[in-house]
Formats: sequence, C-alpha cells, structure tokens
Amino acid sequence: MEVTITINGTPVTSEIEPRTLLVHFVRENAGLRGTHWGCDTSNCGTCVLWVDGSPVKSCTMLAAQADGHEVTTVEGLEQGGVLDPIQQGFIECHGLQCGFCTPGMMMTGRWLLDNNPNPSEAEIRDCISGQICRCTGYKNIVASIQWAAEHPATSEVTA
Amino acid sequence: MQTPAPVDYARATSVADAIALLEKHGEEARLLAGGHSLLPMMKLRLARPEILIDLNDLDELRGIRIEGDEIVVGAMVTHAEILDSPVLAEHYAIFREAEKVIADPIVRNKGTIGGSMCQADPSEDLSAVGSALKGSVVIQGSGGKRTLALREFHEGPYETKVGDAEILTEVRFPIRPGAGSAYEKVERRVGDWPVASVGVFVVVAGGVVTDCGIGLTAVGAEHFCAPDAEAYLIGKAPTEENLAAAAQLAADACTPYADQRGPVDYKLHLACELTLRALRKAAASSQGA
Amino acid sequence: MTAVEEVPLSAAGNPIGFGSMRRVEDARFVRGQGNYVDDVNLPGMLHSAILRSPHAHARIVSIDASAAEALPGVVAVITGKILEGIPRPSLLGDNFAWMPTLSYDTQAVLATDKVRFQGQEVAYVIAESRYIAKDALELIDVEYEILEPVMDAKRALDAGAPIIRDDKGQTDNSITDVHGNKTWESGNAESTAAAIAAAKADPNCVVVTQEIMYPRVHPAPMETCGSVSYLDKVTGQLTMYTTTQAPHAHRTVYAMVAGLPEQKIRIISPDIGGGFGNKVPVYPGYVLSVIGTIVTGKPVKWMEDRNENLVSTGFARDYHMTASIAATKEGKILAVDVDVLADHGAFNGVAQPTNYPAGFFNIFSGSYDYPDAHCKVTPVYTNKAPGGVAYACSFRITEAAYVIERVVDCLAQELQMDPADLRLKNLLRPEQFPYMSPTGWEYDSGEYEKTMRVAMDIAGYDELRREQAEKRAKGEYMGIGISFFTEGVGAGPRRDMDILGLGMADGIELRVHPTGKAQLRLSVQSQGQGHETTFAQIVAHELGIPPEDIEVLHGDTDNTPFGLGTYGSRSTPVSGAAASVVARKVRDRARIVAAAALECAPDDLDWELGRWYVKGDRERGKTIAEIALLSHSSLELPEGVEGHLDATAVYNPPNLTYPYGCYICVVDVDPGTGQVKIRRFIAVDDCGTRINPMIVEGQVHGGLADGVGMALMELIAFDTDGNNLGGSFMDYLLPTAVECPDWELGETVTPSPHHPIGAKGVGESATVGSPAAVVNAVIDALSPFGVRHADMPLTPANVWRAIQGNAIRVDMAVE
Repeated sequence: MEVTITINGTPVTSEIEPRTLLVHFVRENAGLRGTHWGCDTSNCGTCVLWVDGSPVKSCTMLAAQADGHEVTTVEGLEQGGVLDPIQQGFIECHGLQCGFCTPGMMMTGRWLLDNNPNPSEAEIRDCISGQICRCTGYKNIVASIQWAAEHPATSEVTA
Repeated sequence: MQTPAPVDYARATSVADAIALLEKHGEEARLLAGGHSLLPMMKLRLARPEILIDLNDLDELRGIRIEGDEIVVGAMVTHAEILDSPVLAEHYAIFREAEKVIADPIVRNKGTIGGSMCQADPSEDLSAVGSALKGSVVIQGSGGKRTLALREFHEGPYETKVGDAEILTEVRFPIRPGAGSAYEKVERRVGDWPVASVGVFVVVAGGVVTDCGIGLTAVGAEHFCAPDAEAYLIGKAPTEENLAAAAQLAADACTPYADQRGPVDYKLHLACELTLRALRKAAASSQGA
Repeated sequence: MTAVEEVPLSAAGNPIGFGSMRRVEDARFVRGQGNYVDDVNLPGMLHSAILRSPHAHARIVSIDASAAEALPGVVAVITGKILEGIPRPSLLGDNFAWMPTLSYDTQAVLATDKVRFQGQEVAYVIAESRYIAKDALELIDVEYEILEPVMDAKRALDAGAPIIRDDKGQTDNSITDVHGNKTWESGNAESTAAAIAAAKADPNCVVVTQEIMYPRVHPAPMETCGSVSYLDKVTGQLTMYTTTQAPHAHRTVYAMVAGLPEQKIRIISPDIGGGFGNKVPVYPGYVLSVIGTIVTGKPVKWMEDRNENLVSTGFARDYHMTASIAATKEGKILAVDVDVLADHGAFNGVAQPTNYPAGFFNIFSGSYDYPDAHCKVTPVYTNKAPGGVAYACSFRITEAAYVIERVVDCLAQELQMDPADLRLKNLLRPEQFPYMSPTGWEYDSGEYEKTMRVAMDIAGYDELRREQAEKRAKGEYMGIGISFFTEGVGAGPRRDMDILGLGMADGIELRVHPTGKAQLRLSVQSQGQGHETTFAQIVAHELGIPPEDIEVLHGDTDNTPFGLGTYGSRSTPVSGAAASVVARKVRDRARIVAAAALECAPDDLDWELGRWYVKGDRERGKTIAEIALLSHSSLELPEGVEGHLDATAVYNPPNLTYPYGCYICVVDVDPGTGQVKIRRFIAVDDCGTRINPMIVEGQVHGGLADGVGMALMELIAFDTDGNNLGGSFMDYLLPTAVECPDWELGETVTPSPHHPIGAKGVGESATVGSPAAVVNAVIDALSPFGVRHADMPLTPANVWRAIQGNAIRVDMAVE
C-alpha cells in the first residue's frame, strides 16, 4: 500500500507492506535513524516519537496508521540551527551517556513541558516512567528536563 | 526487531463500515484500536489476523459524556483521556486512581478502554474498575445494538461476548450520588501488570452501606467481582470489623495462580488487604472525609 | 598529583585538564545523529535472523528448511550440518559448527547434535529484508526429541542427572577448567577452617552462616547485539560493524575462529548503545553474520530482537553462596569462608582474564582487617544460556562485595550491634596500605573510615536511627542499609591477566599536528562513558592543549592501536594511564625541540601547563603549539631526535587500582503488601583523581540504578521445563525513574599511588556496591519480624513471604 506521512514537516511517500512498523518506516523509508528501538513490547520507550503532537511508542504502531498524519522525530527538534532547550538541557546536565534512549526521552520531555511548563520532579519522573535508561540512573535526565523548563523554547516544535 | 506476519489493513470510515468489513472478512479480521496489546502479540506471531480494521478515524467512538444517570465513555477513549477527564473525576475517584497506575503515560496516549475491555486480559485493571462500578457495554453489529452488563461480558481469559462481526462501542457507568470509590494496586514496578488490584465503590447513607461494588483483577475472581462480599456489607455500618470481614469474603472469591508476580498465598492475602484498604478509603470518602 | 584546583579554562570555556565539562559526543546524540550498528546500511545489504530452540534440552532429529528456502526473498538457510561441512583452517577446531569460548570451552555456533538451552541457535536465515527473514524462521521444521533438562543448579551434580555436555564425553555436569580443576579455591583453607572451629568452641565468639544467592540477571543494554559483516571477495577484506566493547580482541578472535588473515579484518565499533559486559563475548550471531557474507558475497546484517538478547547473550551472576563469618562478641571479625555453587549454563563462556577461573570473586574478604579467608567455587553446567561475567561486575566483584556485605549485616544482627559500628570496628586503616589481603590482593590505597564518616554525615545516620526507632514504636517499618565495598579494576597486569592468551596491556597513539592540534587514538571502546571527552582532558592536563583541540578516535581497528577493550572499569586505569604516558612522551620530545629552538639544553627548561620555558626566565619559552610547528620545520634537532610530535605507548599496569566507597540506603516497607520504597540513597565514592567529575557522577548514578534493579526486580528465573521466565521487558523488569530516588553523592579522593594521574576507574563501583545497601536496608526494616535474609530480587511477594518466614526461592519459578 502507498502511504504518505509528513515527518518533521516533509511528506514522505512510500509503497510499503501494511505490516510495516512506524519505527521501521521512519528509520528505513525516511532514513531518519535518530529514533531507535529497544524492546519490541512497548516497555522501553527508545522508539518514542510524536504523532500529531503526542508521543507514541512507534514500535507498537503501524506506519499505515500514520498515513496522512504528522510525525515529529528527534531530528525535528532543532530549529534553524538552534538546539531546542530540551536538547541543550541534556547536554548541560549530562542527561545522556550512550545516547540510545535519549531521543525518546527528549521527545517525551519536550511534550511534558509543552503541557506543563513547570513540572515537579515527581511529575517528570512519572512522565518518563515508560522509558528505560540503563546509563544515567535518571537523575540527570530529570535535571535536563528541569533545565529546559527554566530555559523555555522561543520556537515551536512543529511537524 | 520483532515483526508481524503479513497482514492487510483497512481504515473504517464509520462503525457501520467497520461492521461491514468484519462481516466481509470473517474471523480472520481484527479490530485495531490502540494496538498496544494486539501488535505485540502479532510481533510474537501469537496473533496473525489476515486484516486489521483500524478504528482510529471513528470520532463517533470518542468522547466522555453524561446521558441521564450514566456516564458514557466511547470505546476509543484513551487511558490518558480517562485519567484527565473532569467528568469521571467528579463522580468517581477510582478512574484517576486506576489510570495513574495503568502502563505508562506514553502507552496511555494510545491504549483505549474498548481495546482493554475486549482484550479481556485476566489482569486488566479497567476490567476491575468496570466490574466494581457494575458498568455495562454497548455492542453493535449489523443487527443493531445490545447492552450487556460488564459482569456478564467476559467468557473467560481473553474471551468476551463480542461476536466476530460486532464492535464494542461504549462503556457505561451508573452515576451514584454520594458514592466514594478507590483503587488499590500492587505492582512489582511502575507500569507493570498488577500482582493484584482491587477497585471499589461504597455508598454510605444513614450510617450504613447502602450500595457497594468490589472489583478485583489478576487474582482469578470470576467476572472480576466479589458479590458475596458486596452482599455482606449492605445494610452494615462501615466499621473496620465489617470491612475486614467483607475483604476476607472478597479474597474467598479469588482463585489466583502462581507466577513470577507472586505465589498463591500472597495473591490471596493481597486480595484481602487491598480490598480492605480500598473499602476504608471509599467508605471514608462517601462519608465526606 | 591531582591538581583538580585552579585548572585554567580554554577559549571555549573548557578546563585545560581536569574538571567538569560538557561532553564532546553529545552534539551528535542529542540531534539523533549517533551511528549505531543498526543504523549501518550498506549497498546490497542482506538481513538475517536466527532460529532458536524452544527447548532447554533436546536432541535434534531432523531439520527441514526447504519451505523456508522456497520463500521468495530468502537467499540462504544455514544449519549446523552445513557448518560442519565447512572446513576451518585454524587451530581451534576443524569446522564452523563449534567455536571456542573465552574460557577455553567450546560453544555451538549452530546446534548439530543437541540443543542445550532455550534460545540456543539452531538455524540461520539470510533474506532480502528482516521481515522476510523472520517469516522464514516459521517455515523451518525442526523435529526435536525432548530430553530432561537440568534447571536446578543444586541438582546438576546429582548422580543420574542428565548429562549436558555429552559432546565432550562428560559423565557428569562438572566443569573442568584449563588447569584441570573442577573446583576453584582461594585463600587458606586450613587456617580459615581452624579459625572458624575455634570461634565455634569459644563462648566469647560467634559464627554466623548464611545461604545467600546472587540470582541470574542480565545487563540488557538498550541497544541489543548485532553486526553488519562484509567480505570483499576481491580484496579479501572483512569489514565488520559490530556491537563490541573490545574491537581489537574481537578481531583476533575472528582471525582464530574463521581462519581469516588478521590483517584483512577490520572491526568497526560505531556508537554503542550501552554494553555493561553484554558486548564482550563473541556470540554465534556475530560469527553467523561473517559466515553469511562469506556465503552470499554481500553485506549481511544481524540484529537481535530483545527476546534473543535476554535469552541467549551473556547473563550475569547466578552464584549460590554459603558464607560463614567468625567474630568475637565484641565484633572483631576473625575469618570468613565462602562456598559457592556457580551456575555457568550450558557452555563455559565466562569472559574473565585471570588464572583463577572465578575471576575476581576471591576479593570477597572485602574492606576489613582479618587474617583468614577462604573460598571454594564449584562450577556446573546447566541447561541455561552461557555467560556469567557481565553487567558491570568487575569480573565477579559484585558477587564478592554482596556476600561479604550481606554476611557482615547478618553478623551485626546476631551480635545486636549497629552495622555501622561493626564496620567501623573492622575497616582497614590508612597505615595498612598497601594492604595484602588474605587471598592475595594488594590493595593500593584507601582511607576507609574517612569515606564512611562522610557517607554517615550526609545521611544523618544517627538521626535516621532515631527516626527508625520512633517509627517502629508506631508500627512503621523503615530500614537503613550500609554497604562498604572495595573494588579492584584495571586489568592487567599482563603477567597476571589475559584473555585467550592476549595480555591485558593497552596501546595508544598521540599525534600532535603542526598547528598544535592533536589526535589521540584509543584501543578502548566507549559505550557511553564519554571517552571522547575525558581522554582529551587527560592529554590537556599533560600538554596544555585545550580539550576541544584534541580529537579522540576509537572504535576502528584499522585506525587505532591494539588493546583489550572496555570492561571491568579498565578504560581509565589502563588506557587513561596510557594517555598520560604517551602525552608525557610528547612533552619530553617537545622539551628537546624547544631547547633546540631556544638554543639551550633540555635540562635548562622548566614546564608549565602548555609550555617549556628557560629556567629563571619565564618570558623565554615555547608553547606546545609553537613547538609542534617547530618539530615539523627545518629547525636542526639534536642527533637521534626524529622530529614531529607523535608518540605511541603501551601501558602495562603494575597492579589493579582499588576504588572503594560507602553507600547508605533508606527504605520504607509496607508490611501489608511487601512493597519497598527507596526513600534515599547516599553514595560516597573514592575513585582517586576525578578527571571529569560530572561524568564520574553520571557513572555512579547509572550503577546505583542497576543496584536498585537487581535488589528489587531484575531476575532471569527458569521453570523446571527449562523455560526462561525473563525473556522480555514485560518480564525482565528494569528500574524506571519512579523507583530511583534522587541520588545523594559525596566523594573522597585517595589517589592511586601507581597510576600516572592517580585515577582508579569508577564505571562499575556503584553496580558492585549498591545491591547490598538496598538489601541490607530492606532486611533492616524487616528485622522486627525476625528476618535475617531474603534473596534478591525483593519483590513485594518475596518481602511479604520473608515476613511470613518463608522467603521465595528466586532462581526457580514461583510456586
């Protein structure tokens, strides 16, 4: 079947098997490899991206479901050569080590701040509780999101 | 990466269209709602439908509204929407308490109440909520709609009374003025399926329990409920002694099996302990505490 | 030596030397521009998948792959029988069906005779897409004759137990090491037994014996294992992009296994999504991807799914330990004896470098001053996946630290002593260093009591105990757990340590370009540790070149010198030292060049950061950048001086370094449900000099989360039929941000006396030290119920059962 998914503002049209997972489409058909996969069972959250502005686990969604919808990935965070505050926060606060869970964490973190600009530590921890990081012990991820909250974005992340 | 077996895909344009597609493709068709139970099963190749009928475009299955003395929740309402619903929160604390501990915020963005009910996992939290509140479901087929009590909805683990060419369209919960409700869950880790969960509502009037519902999940309670415990409480004062006796009756209604979440003795203990805790909270809430 | 203070900043604001600075590697990661193995797509690349055994123990009667071969898009199906037919021109066996393990055992690449664990590799499909490859697996028809499996390690040596390794002619399930031993002892058996017997007979002494299991867990890095292999048939060059923590060691192993010429093998280890020891061994999947490219002539990608990672690749621990500790009633420890049953799975695939096959387990005597210690480890085969040394374990110091810290708490409970007081009474004193332990380890340095006091101060220990007493009076159960651990990291020395004969010394290469900018080429392999940042800081510290002007290269065997890789916290102790040494070589060369330019003798020059100058005349000098250009210029150099500012070094460490720390955990337990909430966790680490404190703290945070995970939820158990009960992240639970508290860190700095910059390595300290603190806290909370021990993971069920006096046996299915 042919699908067209707008990814970071650019429509991507491909002929795919209906069983193609969205994470696979984004990585292989659109060539955007910043979105990773880690568990197959929607438990780890390394594959989190946005569909129509809400984060989803893209290993557990078919590309066909996103046909005609807007997807935003980690590659869409940086605007006009300026890092999004969530990206800058992860750098400033050492919120990443191996970098594998980082794109998913940042997509969730930025979504949280869009809906709750001043989250408490507990709200941040709850919001990323469906995502696993094996390196950081989470403390610096929480700090990174807090840093971003304290340095609000001047531009909107749009699909 | 695990990948599903080949499958066809169709997007339903209406409930009627979905039913027509189901009739056309027979039992090899599966409805796709949030997909968070079905797609992992397909990736493990434990499920291999020939066609998926995607319900995500059906706005008629969305929305939470009051109809008469019932709250109506559309089948495609997500866990996140239930968690955030002021309408549900106004009438029953149990929704927010249960949804806070179902999966995680990202999964809750996709998973739906209809999908959860129809998956009929014996550890499903919303099944305990629905059974506790004595809700009902509306099931639609080409012959029309029928309404079924949630306590008659399940045929067994992973089996419901929804027919091959039918769709669950709504879940309905009666409004009970003055009801207090609560949800208690023990999980090994946030986001895990429950070791045991108990949801209850209690209406206390004139110093006695006039209505109550007890729902339990993951502990092998038939239809996720404990009617003997409920009957016991009716007309009795919500004293610690009475609540404890009801909690024990609730545990008596359970036949859990041992798994990595815990042995049978522990699960039975939890059924009792969590029922008691939920009853205390709900009774206190009903009494304005 | 440490010079952390007063570090000048570069134009970019980075410390020219040690201090916290942002990581160089983050720029690509936050943009989603990391390059992991699954991101590698080569022209014409094929995909592959492995058919795995559903049974733990079964004879293979037949394999029919014809339907799979007929599926459109399938290029080849390879079975063990086919591999048996491929002659292998190497010393390590005569065909490809079997391969050597890192512990001188053999392991099936694809099963030929029997399958020996659930998840074992049975057949290999190469196809045009990963979807088709997975489809084809379902079409392979394997007939098995199911055999009784050996799932309970305690029954593995029973008479009549099924024999797992009949391929080796075994008559039981014992494991014989390369020295011919079936048990592995360390320490002094006689003196330890005598001390314990004497204590038993002495009314002023006690002996406490406790069975303590460290169950099977899995490192579970977020990125699974995989590789993309391509053999160019014209040039004979094999290029392998692969998830390895040890690219050079892997190159040599592939040369040995595949019989390929080593100069034609290039291992590229791009960005690695976490390793934790999971990416040290050579797995059948890697070898199969090489076979795949040999067979097809095309690049072949193999990437595990999560289930494959959890059920087949290197697990960790699985030690059944019984510890006896003897002490006076005043709390002076006299002796410790530990007896271990070690479950190694179906193949002895332990990746550890010492002559002692239980790795560093014999450091179990811990941080305390007592004369007599002994351990005996009995390894057995079971029908489980192979492995054992992984998951940030420092070659089994995790098990060692856990058993001693747990049994010391059992002793405290027996003596009704505060566990902090008991530890303070027995900690090694500063004047005892270097300290020779009863099992032969020479601890290099430490101020243990000072570190413990820092931890107790941060925790507010006395106040916590007061709070605990008040709560107990109200029927609330909080617990305080302490762990004091000593690590040994940085393998070699090469005389003592090797893997398959490869001594554990690390090469390094530093090139200072004419403009004064530098490239440092490492043998070690970052999996998130931030080597591109910290190694630049080491060179900056030695040469005064700003760290942003130093490019650190790693992960490509064609462009880096040989070394054994990153595991066992060895990057900083070994390659970090190498970086310092090679920079000092450059500095010495720079002195000669500067002297020639300044027309004086090298001895007339003094060094200040970044510059040689004439003694007594600070104005007359040359910076490293000036010297770099001069070294490439027509300046006449003294005879024998070659010019340029490049240097190489190989660092062979004289000893391990011994980081240590004191951890304190505070928990609240709900006895009605068994739920444990970690309220606080205090970690005070002494890892010597801290190159980049921000990164050090990050390493500690990650290890603490590991400890929470293992203590409370992580587990690979099996049922009696041999089913792995931890095969997905639904079943193998990892801690999230909700279970992890806001870590409270402290530090002391006792530099290693033998390391060039005094650094000790910290990557595994927290994983080693934290589980005991959590468990000790939970048991402390439960002590009013008479609980002295329960095994990890302390799930709600296990805690509740412990309160009932009936703790769960964790390694088998819950009944």
